Amino acid sequence: MKRVSTLAERELSVYFLSPIAYVVLTIFLAVSGVLFITQVFSPGAESSLRGLSNDVWPIILVFILPMITMRLLSDEFRSGTIETLMTAPVTDADVVLGKFLGAMVFYLVILATTLLYPVLLTIWGSVDWGMAFSTYVGLILLGGFFISVGLFFSAWTSNQVIAVVCSFVLLAVLMFLARYLGGFLSGLPRMLVQHVDVRYHYEDFARGAVVLNHVVYFVTLTALFLFLTIKTLESRRWR
Amino acid sequence: MEHAKPLFARVRNSFVQMYFTATGDPMIRVRNLVKRFGVVTAIDGISFDVEKGQVVGFLGPNGAGKTTTIRILTGYHPATEGSASVAGFDVLTQSLHVRRRIGYLPESAPLYPEMRVREYLRFRSKLHGMSSADAAKAIDAVVSRCWLSEFVNRPIGQLSKGMRQRVGLADAILHDPDVLILDEPTVGLDPTQIRESLSLIRELSERHTVLFSSHILPQVEQICDEVIIINRGRIVAYGAPKKLGEEKAAGSRLIAEIRGPGAEIERAVGALPGVESVERQTHDGWERLTIRARGRDDVREGIYKLASQKGWGLREIRRELDSLEDYYLKITSGAMEDGRSAAVRA
Repeated sequence: MKRVSTLAERELSVYFLSPIAYVVLTIFLAVSGVLFITQVFSPGAESSLRGLSNDVWPIILVFILPMITMRLLSDEFRSGTIETLMTAPVTDADVVLGKFLGAMVFYLVILATTLLYPVLLTIWGSVDWGMAFSTYVGLILLGGFFISVGLFFSAWTSNQVIAVVCSFVLLAVLMFLARYLGGFLSGLPRMLVQHVDVRYHYEDFARGAVVLNHVVYFVTLTALFLFLTIKTLESRRWR
Repeated sequence: MEHAKPLFARVRNSFVQMYFTATGDPMIRVRNLVKRFGVVTAIDGISFDVEKGQVVGFLGPNGAGKTTTIRILTGYHPATEGSASVAGFDVLTQSLHVRRRIGYLPESAPLYPEMRVREYLRFRSKLHGMSSADAAKAIDAVVSRCWLSEFVNRPIGQLSKGMRQRVGLADAILHDPDVLILDEPTVGLDPTQIRESLSLIRELSERHTVLFSSHILPQVEQICDEVIIINRGRIVAYGAPKKLGEEKAAGSRLIAEIRGPGAEIERAVGALPGVESVERQTHDGWERLTIRARGRDDVREGIYKLASQKGWGLREIRRELDSLEDYYLKITSGAMEDGRSAAVRA
């Protein structure tokens, strides 16, 4: 566990040394800031984060989280540092978990900057803090899943561009295509597609409900992708 | 660095030491190692031992299989067939134990360019599970040992190739490993840096068993107790450099320049005991003879006596021994077709 936190700490510090973190933060804060001012923070508007948390944030995350996960393993393969890392006394699982936690903490830093919004809203209105809480739980689960997907593709290639595009495509399919296809179906197929649809599972959190089904959905998928990443890393040793 | 280690590590190390002194088991043992990448066979049945405290040079042309063998030893690649152990632990099934006892400098010394030297070494010490107090002492020790003191606060990306090599070496000895494995530690360095690196490696061999690879023979001859020459995935020669030189350099050549009747000189010299063949060239009035002697016989005295007896002029007589270098060049230029038939243990 100490080794995992050592690895996570390094990843986190690299974020703040590289321009990519600031690009990602800027995109995120600019888009949500503009939308917050125009949609939420205006007279007569609903005093809640729903305007942002329902659609805007999940969609931004599809774009920015692959950008913060793309270098996690790809860069180690490209520069050859993977060799020093995998011949140190750490297990493949340590490496994967360390990288995941590093990215996760960076994501939490991004999320923390948005805590300003509910605070501003309480000054000029009243905020449903329970709903704000469930929104953040949903965002953390959603982000964790996106990061595990990004990490998985990062383990497949030494090319960061390929890693970012692949994870973006998979996330876009899960976020948008599933919902679109669901519109044409009915009955059992519709239900199956609905379960694949990430937004279906996320929306309840934004509405203020922490539903166990959805929590289990995100936690299992995240665990699955982390497991697949560990296996990918292991299999790379054989090639 | 001994002072920097926690008690249990010291106790463990002394047990390891006692074990190896008592049993005489080799520090690195490799048996019939085979590695295939798809249809390509990178190494093909390699076996060798490295005894505790030895410096062993792993020599071969590029693509001979040196890096592959090293990667199997360090647990980066699994072998296709065969087995290898380091400090008594199997590299496949007890990989973490092996990795704790190995200090490894991969080829081209990959490092994180954005980290500072001290920061990087601290990160590596934590991966080795050292406490921060131990790590601080160990870092100070390796930094001064590898002449990095002035550069500890510089980002690694700003360092020159030679400097980075030293940071890699400092990282490799940070946890005071039993075995040091260095892959091409002198590649890309200037001549001064090469000399410094080699003397540092020699120095390190006082505390660690060292296996290092190179494709330059003189470097290896200079500092190694034993050499393993590998070509096309097979060991072609294995032993102490001096012995190997004698064994592999099978013949000798004499050059003599004599003034006199050419045909008669050639006949008379050819008839001397120990002479195998004579070639003659005429050079502004002098006969230049290239004489192949049988085995390592020295026929210089015979030639001198012959010349003085006949009253011929003799202005030069010189003996050229085939060196290990000649042999190595022959291998690397691809002249040796089947390595295995030539393999010997000197």
